[in-house]
Amino acid sequence: MHLNWMKLTVLFTCIIPILLLIGLLWKSSEILGHSSLQELLFSSNWRPLSKHFGFLPFILSSVYVTILAVLLATPVCILTAIELTQYAKPWLLRIMQPVIDILAGIPSVVYGVWGVLIVVPFVKNTLSPIFGFESSGYSLLAASLVLAVMIIPFILNILIEIIRIIPAELTEASLALGAGKWMTIKRVILKKALPGIISAVGLGISRAFGETMAVLMVAGNVVKIPQNIFDSSYPLPALIANNYGEMLSIPLYDSALMFAALILFFVVIVFNIFSRVLIVQTEKSTSYV
Amino acid sequence: MSKKTEETVFRVLMITATISIIAVLSLIIISVAVKAFPALSWDMISKTPKGGFYFGKEGGILNAITGSFYVATGATLFAFIIGAPVAFLINLHYIKQKAIINIIRFFLDIMWGVPSIVYGAFGFSIMIYFGLKTSLLAGIITVTLFIIPIMVRAMDEVLKEIPHNLLEASYSLGSTHSETALKIMFRQCVPGILTAILLSFGRAIGDAASVLFTCGFTDYIPHSLNDQVATLPLAIFFQLGSPVPEVQARAYASAFILTCIILIISLSARLLSKKYEKHKINF
Repeated sequence: MHLNWMKLTVLFTCIIPILLLIGLLWKSSEILGHSSLQELLFSSNWRPLSKHFGFLPFILSSVYVTILAVLLATPVCILTAIELTQYAKPWLLRIMQPVIDILAGIPSVVYGVWGVLIVVPFVKNTLSPIFGFESSGYSLLAASLVLAVMIIPFILNILIEIIRIIPAELTEASLALGAGKWMTIKRVILKKALPGIISAVGLGISRAFGETMAVLMVAGNVVKIPQNIFDSSYPLPALIANNYGEMLSIPLYDSALMFAALILFFVVIVFNIFSRVLIVQTEKSTSYV
Repeated sequence: MSKKTEETVFRVLMITATISIIAVLSLIIISVAVKAFPALSWDMISKTPKGGFYFGKEGGILNAITGSFYVATGATLFAFIIGAPVAFLINLHYIKQKAIINIIRFFLDIMWGVPSIVYGAFGFSIMIYFGLKTSLLAGIITVTLFIIPIMVRAMDEVLKEIPHNLLEASYSLGSTHSETALKIMFRQCVPGILTAILLSFGRAIGDAASVLFTCGFTDYIPHSLNDQVATLPLAIFFQLGSPVPEVQARAYASAFILTCIILIISLSARLLSKKYEKHKINF
């Protein structure tokens, strides 16, 4: 009796992602029947009122913002992960653990508020004049900076875990052969952790790609392909969140937004699965030493 | 560059990276707190918006605070009811069937990775399909879907660590799977489970994208599941979008209140797990 009920919850849990996929496909079938997939993905003609839905500006914005955020966050995470696992004194670890937890726990809307308060003026008044650009501050770069901070705790946690499961025998063997600590880190630890680092970055990408509120608040949200990092951008999640109000008043619009959600779902799932598979393989390969 | 200087350079970079993470967190909290301070008052957390609130007149965000607590509590409750059996089944009943475990964990990973805005959009289309209006109930259902994977994964991490001997001892004394789950595993894992619940609660209270489509927004505290409900993240978002400086200042104050709630949750998770740690049987 207990068991049947419990099994039902498992079934329910496993069915949700499938339902999500079916629901999104079904809702976006209308727009897919109206325009070709190629037009939807590769056209930058976005005029919902005359039924032109080219998602290219949003897709490119999302891609640029995500790539820049991951490029900013990854080096910081790798350096910190090595510091915390190899060098740090216990007191530093005691400080960093709650710091990472809190960073991971801060809601994205608060990151957005911080972005509006600090990052946007910083980009407008400091960074863009240095490089000789005019910018309102609400830009691709501002969105990437905020996103980078948001995914740091996420990537960092995975990296620390990955480095910790590297067997001590390996590093001890390296040290016993006369390699220095730095040499061991470079040649043994980083080498062994490389697949793990790649998958952590992959998970970071999937997290950054779907992040909504903070990005919505600082990205600028102008429908055009961003020309440089100080230009405003309009990532996919921001598009969905920004237009929920009018999506039922314009024909095909709700279907178009569901298609945007489908793209998000798809990209995130692909990166997620890729990274998980890589992590599982790394765990297998490290535990058999 | 000799090996020694290379190491020194990288050590400096590592320490800089570590310190910069601490610095960014302090910057976030301090900058929001400084901006919030002028607008913080007892009225903010004890009153609902009065007439003209969104033009800088008096009132507070009690509607959003209670709304967020209603949504988060409901969602955490549902997610626990659905999630706890899944976590126990994985670690108890299916423990020998690695294939089933891997499939379940795979689906959980997928769910966990799905952005909350997608849950929001999905919840919205379900609402339209069944002719429901934006309401507390619709919000709770959407947020539940969103935090189930967080809850199960957090509990799974804890239950994984339980030593097999303990379970075998329980079976050998004649107890069933369910009895072992409730009386042995559950007690052994109380601190971890509490942490999982608080973690999910924190995520539920802080997420805006999933409730954007489904909760609606109102100046009143909801009286039934069919009422619209305001949530704290959305209150921050809407107030920040206002051109009136007083209202913007309140957005900062609301953001500070939300940050404090999250800090309290994360702190109590730590304290609670320390407190219950002593009931644990150590091997």
